Amino acid sequence: MKRTACLFICLTLIFTALLTGCHGRVGLEAFKTPESFDTSRSYEITFWAKNDTNKAQTDIYSKAIADFEKYYLNIHVNIRFYTDYGRIYNDVITNISTNTTPNVCITYPDHIATYMTGVNTVVPLDELVADPKYGLGGREVLFDGPRADQIVPKFLGECRIGDELYALPYMRSTEACYINKTFVEALGYTVPDILTWDYIWEVSDAATRKSEDGTFAVNGQNVMIPFIYKSTDNMMIQYLRQKGAGYTTADGEVQLFNDTAFGLLGDVKEHVGTGAFSTFKISSYPANFLNAGQCIFAIDSTAGSTWMGSHAPLSDISEDMFVDFETVVRPIPQCDPADPKMISQGPSICIFNKQDPQEVLASWLFAQFMLTNDVQTAYAETEGYVPVTLKAQQSAEYVDYLAHDNGSGGDEEYNKKYYDIKLKATKLLLDNIGNTFVTPVFNGSASVRDAAGQMIENVAKSVRRKETVDDAYMRQLEKDITALYRLDSLAGKQEKAVDAPDLGKLPESAAVLIGMIAMAWLALLARGVQAIIKKREQKKS
Amino acid sequence: MKKIITLMLVVALVLGLTACSKEDPSKKSEGVMTYAQYEAAAIDSEVVVETYVQAKQGWWQDTATIYTQDGDGAYFLYSMPISKEDYDKLVPGTKIKVTGHKAEWSGEYEIVDAKFEIEKGSYIAEATDVTSLLASADLIKQQNKFVSFKGLTVEAQADGSAFLYNWDGSGTHDDNSDLYFNVSVNGATYTFTVESYLCGNDSDVYKAVEGLKVGDVIDAEGFLYWYNGVNPHITKVTKK
Repeated sequence: MKRTACLFICLTLIFTALLTGCHGRVGLEAFKTPESFDTSRSYEITFWAKNDTNKAQTDIYSKAIADFEKYYLNIHVNIRFYTDYGRIYNDVITNISTNTTPNVCITYPDHIATYMTGVNTVVPLDELVADPKYGLGGREVLFDGPRADQIVPKFLGECRIGDELYALPYMRSTEACYINKTFVEALGYTVPDILTWDYIWEVSDAATRKSEDGTFAVNGQNVMIPFIYKSTDNMMIQYLRQKGAGYTTADGEVQLFNDTAFGLLGDVKEHVGTGAFSTFKISSYPANFLNAGQCIFAIDSTAGSTWMGSHAPLSDISEDMFVDFETVVRPIPQCDPADPKMISQGPSICIFNKQDPQEVLASWLFAQFMLTNDVQTAYAETEGYVPVTLKAQQSAEYVDYLAHDNGSGGDEEYNKKYYDIKLKATKLLLDNIGNTFVTPVFNGSASVRDAAGQMIENVAKSVRRKETVDDAYMRQLEKDITALYRLDSLAGKQEKAVDAPDLGKLPESAAVLIGMIAMAWLALLARGVQAIIKKREQKKS
Repeated sequence: MKKIITLMLVVALVLGLTACSKEDPSKKSEGVMTYAQYEAAAIDSEVVVETYVQAKQGWWQDTATIYTQDGDGAYFLYSMPISKEDYDKLVPGTKIKVTGHKAEWSGEYEIVDAKFEIEKGSYIAEATDVTSLLASADLIKQQNKFVSFKGLTVEAQADGSAFLYNWDGSGTHDDNSDLYFNVSVNGATYTFTVESYLCGNDSDVYKAVEGLKVGDVIDAEGFLYWYNGVNPHITKVTKK
């Protein structure tokens, strides 16, 4: 009987321990802001940063770290550079299971939604932002950072997933249409302030006319792709938004396969067929063709504006390939010019949770430093980015920067800094912040985005390959894309991964109570078994 | 005597078999294009080729980019869908039959959306010396082939260094950035690249290029990649 009692006690203890530890998913404790930052200790934090393969940007990151470390001598930041969001995403996912994520990371909210499938992996920032000591504009923060109300509210709102803030915006851009105005006018058209889709298709088709010698009439060259789109996922997403058609819902319902989307695919089919349209994936960078006089409408990010135009400071093509023309910048084509809509994009910063809350606080201080004026204005000026803080946007230095929009008359550095196309692209976004939008974020939203672009790529490739693109093709395309991006596993299966509260460990008292109930049941069971054995033994005797 | 005759017959048989089994990398199966037919095929048309793996870039998201070559020319298989298990099977020399579409991207001819099957056979291409062709319009006929260059002089970058991490110096060794270096020969300068997905920062060629000094004279080997002009992916550098 003593042995049985011992066994019961052991089982109960094991059972209780299991209950205490395994309530919900295994993961880190939720982050709690420490009362104070322990400056007696040293911290080493890692920062995974994305740049546009741009030395000016990597230099700014390095300078930002050096400047930050002057304020916080006990925090050392190790940076790792990436040139591709996809690679950061992949590496973070790989490192979540081993809790070897970076401390701070440049990312997109779409990606954060997937990171959040780990328990307490990403630090929610509302509490930190509002912290009177270490929050934005907090009294214990050693540098002059922005207050929360000095971040452009729309940009800050884009970093909310569900009701919680999970990132800080770092830079913002949108897409722009870079136009060879000289060629447009040679074709007998003028460039309106706002392009429509009908306009861009019409002018593009007109530019495909050839001379008797087989060259294109508009440029006298053998190559002319009038309209090239860099990011076809954005092309589909923005078109759907402009038309008021479905894309996804906040709870992850995929509405991408609708008549409006197939309507755009019909346009793509038609104009790839005439040779008027192509994509980056099929043909190469729009800038290469635009600058060589082989493209009229090049749609790319405002953050790629230094590569655009007949005097672009950055280029992948040799100088002898450049053609002289007048470049103008316009918003992307619209369905309703009176109500323009364009995507808001650009890097954000998230913070990963760690076992040591002090280390997380150090990460937060560094993330906050990336919003200081010097970092914001310097980085924004490398490309057609817009600073995310009103404090930086309204700073004397930035206002002066925007006033220089001729981009000529100085040395190479001056012309690069004040390149007119870059400044016009920047102003395009500043003038249209109210017309920007973002798509709902959920675990899998990055896949839907990929799917949206792939539909256009597939149709374009099929037309070029002279495959039949009809209703049956579109039905099959929907099936193929759904399977490829596993979209059927998203619809209706969002288990609120991004906003479900983590219940944490079971309270000890509850665990003990459940353990005692289990022990009572085990005791009853054992008593029953004992009674049966006793009866059998009595029968035998 | 019988023993000697038997031995000679065996030796003859072995030699004969060895000779018969020697791979002819230009020979094609039924329904497969010759390199000339591939070269003549229109952009976007379907192509079917038999070719031999020479090198491969890293496996990434169920795809890989493969450098292949037969007895007559080379085929660049861009972002071919492939499982990790199959990727591991594609060691240099492996013969594969590839069905895909011919594409052109910034001057680089490649096969995209490719499917492949492994066949029996093996062939490793010898490097073709294209030094004298570098300034020639005929160089493009060697595109994607495994090639060599002799007697190149390392030229200074804009900042005076012998090489850059990334095209503008924005990368680092630790980030496994591509290496860019300029070399001159016969009065013209060319940009060569160590593509880090092909030869990463732990490879001999990566370390060798990191050790270059302006003015060094080198021989190099690699694949004759194209990006808006010739832009070889270098796999070996030898200082002279």
